Amino acid sequence: GAGRGAAPLALPGCLLYTRTGAAPHLSHDTLREVRGVPGVAHIALPALAEIHDVLEEYKEGAAKFMGMPGAVIYCSLHDPVTPCASGYNTNKTVSLWGSSGRMEMTASKFMDIQRAIQPDWFQCISDGDTISGEAGRKRAKKSVDRSLSFLDICLQLQEKSPELQGSVMFGAIEGGDILEERLRSARETAKRPVGGFLLDGFQGSAMAKETKLKLIASVTAELPEDKPRIIHGVGKPDEVLECIERGVDIFESFFPFQVTERGCALVFSYDCHPDPEAIVLTQNGIQDLEKNGAQEDQEEVSKAEPEMTPFEISLKDKKYHDDFGPLLEGCSCYCCRRHTRAYVHHLLVTNELLAGVLLMMHNFQHYFGFFSAVRDALRDSKLDQLKELVFRQALQ
Amino acid sequence: VPCPVFMPVGTRGTAKGLTAAQLAALGCRICLGNTFHLGTRPGSELVRRSGGLHGFMDWPHNLLTDSGGFQMVSLLELSEVSEEGVRFQPPHGGEQLLLSPEKSMEIQNALGADIVMQLDDVVSSTTTGPRVEEAMNRSVRWLDRCIAAHARPQQQLLFAIIQGGLDPDLRLRCIRAMTQRDVPGFAIGGLSGGEAKAQFWRTVKLSTEHLPRDKPRYLMGVGYATDLVVCVALGCDMFDCVFPTRTARFGSALVPWGSLQLKNQQFAKDFRPIDADCGCPTCQRYSRAYLHALLRSNTAALHLLTLHNIAYQMKLMGSIRDSIVQQRFPEFVREFMDTMYGGRGGPPAWAREALESVGITLG
Repeated sequence: GAGRGAAPLALPGCLLYTRTGAAPHLSHDTLREVRGVPGVAHIALPALAEIHDVLEEYKEGAAKFMGMPGAVIYCSLHDPVTPCASGYNTNKTVSLWGSSGRMEMTASKFMDIQRAIQPDWFQCISDGDTISGEAGRKRAKKSVDRSLSFLDICLQLQEKSPELQGSVMFGAIEGGDILEERLRSARETAKRPVGGFLLDGFQGSAMAKETKLKLIASVTAELPEDKPRIIHGVGKPDEVLECIERGVDIFESFFPFQVTERGCALVFSYDCHPDPEAIVLTQNGIQDLEKNGAQEDQEEVSKAEPEMTPFEISLKDKKYHDDFGPLLEGCSCYCCRRHTRAYVHHLLVTNELLAGVLLMMHNFQHYFGFFSAVRDALRDSKLDQLKELVFRQALQ
Repeated sequence: VPCPVFMPVGTRGTAKGLTAAQLAALGCRICLGNTFHLGTRPGSELVRRSGGLHGFMDWPHNLLTDSGGFQMVSLLELSEVSEEGVRFQPPHGGEQLLLSPEKSMEIQNALGADIVMQLDDVVSSTTTGPRVEEAMNRSVRWLDRCIAAHARPQQQLLFAIIQGGLDPDLRLRCIRAMTQRDVPGFAIGGLSGGEAKAQFWRTVKLSTEHLPRDKPRYLMGVGYATDLVVCVALGCDMFDCVFPTRTARFGSALVPWGSLQLKNQQFAKDFRPIDADCGCPTCQRYSRAYLHALLRSNTAALHLLTLHNIAYQMKLMGSIRDSIVQQRFPEFVREFMDTMYGGRGGPPAWAREALESVGITLG
């Protein structure tokens, strides 16, 4: 089964991205205002590894330490938002990066820390250092060999750890961009008694898109249907849909966080069947995106926010200075119900902390709403329509 | 608004990382907006079009705006005071502007706060010489100009600000002049700026003794717990200060016995809440150790501390109020001082003297 208790997550779905156990910028009560918060919280290992001694002394597990005693937590090896330098992993160790710098870890040390964390789900320590684009066949093979070796060690250690009896280990599928290695990794990992699979090494932009999609499809075809498949590093809605079509179940939600950090708000539409009144609203939303592309100072905007995607608007833009509409017409989040674009623009321009709070609330709610729409589309056999809508916006 | 009251400062139309809903949930019913900051960005006209500062911030309770005078003098390199007003160079570009009493009222009328402050000629409390008297007299003249320029006296209460530095004679003359004007409330300005505490409390007491008893007395810029308690004893009703919210953003949590610097290593394994007796959302759910860890990676930690510190201030004022109503305020003061200074050799001398002067003796 996937975790303590019945399925905590509707699939396909996403995890709640947290930084050291709290949603970014959000206290417990502000997070409660967000609708559709996923039932599994995603925490990256480095922040917890840095307080390993604290957790050991605490004894009652990370979830309780972080003020969420009943929550289901998934512990990934790395933080999707923190870049990892390349070239540090060895046959016996993997390096992680946290706020105090690099931490080198053996499988044994890794399991020590997991014993203190007591996660519900966790990614087994693996060598995913193949994303820099310079990894060749040999390096890809190593990533698979090492990860399998780590997996076997960790499975053995898990058997001997009472604290981890209820925890579900996710095996990492590695292999860089080499098809044979990916297949080998998938088949070999599937032979082990893991509770789920983690598609690793697809982060970043070095891998060609066609290669990426082909590999993902090939990998999931080798995996048992009844165990969940998480992918790391994929967040944009068009890419999410492509991965879902290719057998991925679970995604992270670092993408709305990144949008927030650059002062932007997600406004892409995922409503295939708006009611006639809402059609105007949806069109307005799409018009906003189109305006983004058409306006004269588009170059300036792109320069200011180079990472910006076609799915968002940049609230720092001067044109929102006196825009008294909500971030997104028709959105029912706290920010859209209570505040205006002009207010959020003001908060960003004056560097006020509340900007991050309000944007995070909106961006999370919108993103979780997207996944809900995906599930509905699958149920109603309308995925193609949703794809068409999202992909149209991806081409702004 | 029940008094005595502490007003958190929401400078630019935001209570620093807390949503309006969170601030209201803590029991806050009045907070501050800053005319200078809001007047420059986003500008009073935009705020007016947003439904005033209430609409802009989505704040359903009370607001007080200061006049903008203090910021200009304290924040700007180039500001020049004359009888007309304060001439200054806006920090974010644009031509030189003049903040006159009329202009300040115009901006505050547009912002729409429930209580507005006159533009006063502020001098630092450590200034001496004829400048202090000049500023005091000018503040009286500017009060008259503010009263005349105030376009919404029914909707917005205009408070006068007593100046005069630390000179008792100047203070008294200012009070006599300003109390002749029909204003609904008085602020004691020009203090809390680095002057010696011994002079500070005497000036506060002089002011409260001579201000009308049936109108609120607002002591500007006071926010440390001890200062609040003593100044309530001296007769003040309203207070504002950036301290509790600012110190939260530095990782400092206020407690009845002082403050905890949560970034310090000593809290890394301290699994207790900030204050077991505090019922705020932060203390109900999180430990010092967790906050210590969270401070490294997530601004949520700053918000959790801001929540707690404002809750602390609200609770303090609530306790003060309750003890006054129950006619046991002196006892409350003794307990407060005991908790705060018990292990540290007793309350500071100035606090002792100030309380003695109103008949509260400490042990």
